[in-house]
Amino acid sequence: MDAPFIIDDPGSERFRLNRRVLVDPDILETERRRIFDRCWIYLGHDSEIPEPGDFRTRQVAGRPVLFVRDREGRARAFLNTCRHRGTMVCREREGNRTRFTCVYHGWTYDHGGALTHVPGQESYGAAFDRAEFALGEVPALEAYRGFWFAHFGGEPEPLADYLAGAREYLDLVVDQSPGARLEIVAGTQEYDIRANWKLLVENSFDDYHLHATHATYLEYMKDSGVSVRLPRGLMMPAPGTGKPLGNGHAVVDNVNFRGRPIAAWIPLYGEDAKTEIESIRGELVARLGEDRARRVADTNRNLVVFPNLVINDGSAVTVRTFWPISVDRMRVTAWALGPVEESETSRARRLDSFLTFYGPGGLATPDDVEALELVQDGLSTWREVGWSEISRGMNKTGEQLNTDELHLRTFWRRWNALMTDGAGA
Amino acid sequence: MTAGPIDAVGREDVEALFYEEAALLDAWRLDDWLGLLTADARYLVPPNDVPDGDPRDTLFTIADDIRRIRGRVKRLKSEDAHAERPRSRTRRLVSNVRIVGRDGDELVVEANFAVYRFRRNERIGEYVGRYRYRLRATADGLRIAERRAILDSEELGGLGSVSFIL
Ligand code: FES
Ligand SMILES: [Fe+2]
Repeated sequence: MDAPFIIDDPGSERFRLNRRVLVDPDILETERRRIFDRCWIYLGHDSEIPEPGDFRTRQVAGRPVLFVRDREGRARAFLNTCRHRGTMVCREREGNRTRFTCVYHGWTYDHGGALTHVPGQESYGAAFDRAEFALGEVPALEAYRGFWFAHFGGEPEPLADYLAGAREYLDLVVDQSPGARLEIVAGTQEYDIRANWKLLVENSFDDYHLHATHATYLEYMKDSGVSVRLPRGLMMPAPGTGKPLGNGHAVVDNVNFRGRPIAAWIPLYGEDAKTEIESIRGELVARLGEDRARRVADTNRNLVVFPNLVINDGSAVTVRTFWPISVDRMRVTAWALGPVEESETSRARRLDSFLTFYGPGGLATPDDVEALELVQDGLSTWREVGWSEISRGMNKTGEQLNTDELHLRTFWRRWNALMTDGAGA
Repeated sequence: MTAGPIDAVGREDVEALFYEEAALLDAWRLDDWLGLLTADARYLVPPNDVPDGDPRDTLFTIADDIRRIRGRVKRLKSEDAHAERPRSRTRRLVSNVRIVGRDGDELVVEANFAVYRFRRNERIGEYVGRYRYRLRATADGLRIAERRAILDSEELGGLGSVSFIL
């Protein structure tokens, strides 16, 4: 019998991960069915298609999807394949169209998916009905506060139930906008990492690595006047906790130390920014009350929505999703999210703040990429060195630090349950 | 290079600056490279899907002011810049240099680039695109006030990170 995927033994405070799950192509094939076809998968944000006919094309759970707003103003998600012989009917990344004409034989669809024109239709029989050839739609499509998700299998539970405790953390993001209206900022960061996709799940909220992987980032922050000293007993400059949120979602919820566009000033923002950030904070307090405003403005939160959506609500708000191209390569797509009401100066500050840490040209993310690629290279020894160690914090009862690994185990436990029908834990 | 009124600067002067810069960057002589920049210089790599965007309202790959340029150089010189340890070996080919505008004491210049990047395991990335620079005549000679490296690829994709100076 094969070794289990994880060894999860609270009694002996042991949690081990079978390294095969990060290198074996058969595992990836199983994941496509058991993970990506059984979970709600992030598709896009409502703000990306504001007007009827606005569309975006993207890969979602391995399928080409056309995300478009129809005539009635509803967000729709079509499978981007012609009902005639299969050609992708839309090749552009984004735009506005009310007609999508297939390049192959010219079948034409509208932005509600209806097949509106078939060249030479007289050669089809009397039974041929254009209504039967509307574009296929993703089987289920739901939004929570502007975040749209698709589901490709069976009868899914409602998205809100699926999100469980993650809803609270999405709410904390939405609360940063006076009118509860966020938008994806122009400009997409798309890049590959030569590593298994699950390594980026871990990395996205693995705070234990900050001091080692991101030493040069911390140095830059220190030079700018931010205290990055590690308090006694902590591996991060400020305290924080790792929390399971249900259904495999989890978060690190940290006291902010590196500034927030909404609304915690740091010297990098410049003296000029002080007044504006104070007024942003004033608006929060007036609208949400002192306690909730502090919750929104003074904590950073890295959220993983199982399986492959990460929202980092910190020095900016990043929305990041990733898809396994192969067992050892993923394609990452990342966007910046901000309140629609934000002033020009505030938006510029948000984007500047984003880039100090994040993205393929940031002062930190490239070192994450390097670390994950080194992991993947190291894992080729999996037959000899079979197990990874993920037990930080298992010696504690109650609250776990952000630099412990309860939140990582939360992901892996859910992953394992789905991969084994709950039998393999 | 002789300092002079910007009108006196010709393509040969610009090419000399580009070649000097490429040589310094390929040799990782980053402090010397900083010497080619003005005290308010900016270094921009726009996102592949909005090549002509403005970093104030568009998420770039890189949008450094001089402070972050200096911080980037300090980082890249550190043993802890893991993405560049060991350092990439790069070879830059800069060509098709054109002076496309003159604006006060500044010159707007475009050129094509191909930067070949080699890393461990002999993985190769070809970063191909165009530069758009603003050059300024200063007392010390022609200096770079803004350098924008615009990639042709539709996404970074397999190029991965831009952890070196592009
Ligand atoms: S495949 Fe689209 S019209 Fe034939
Ligand atoms: Fe990291």
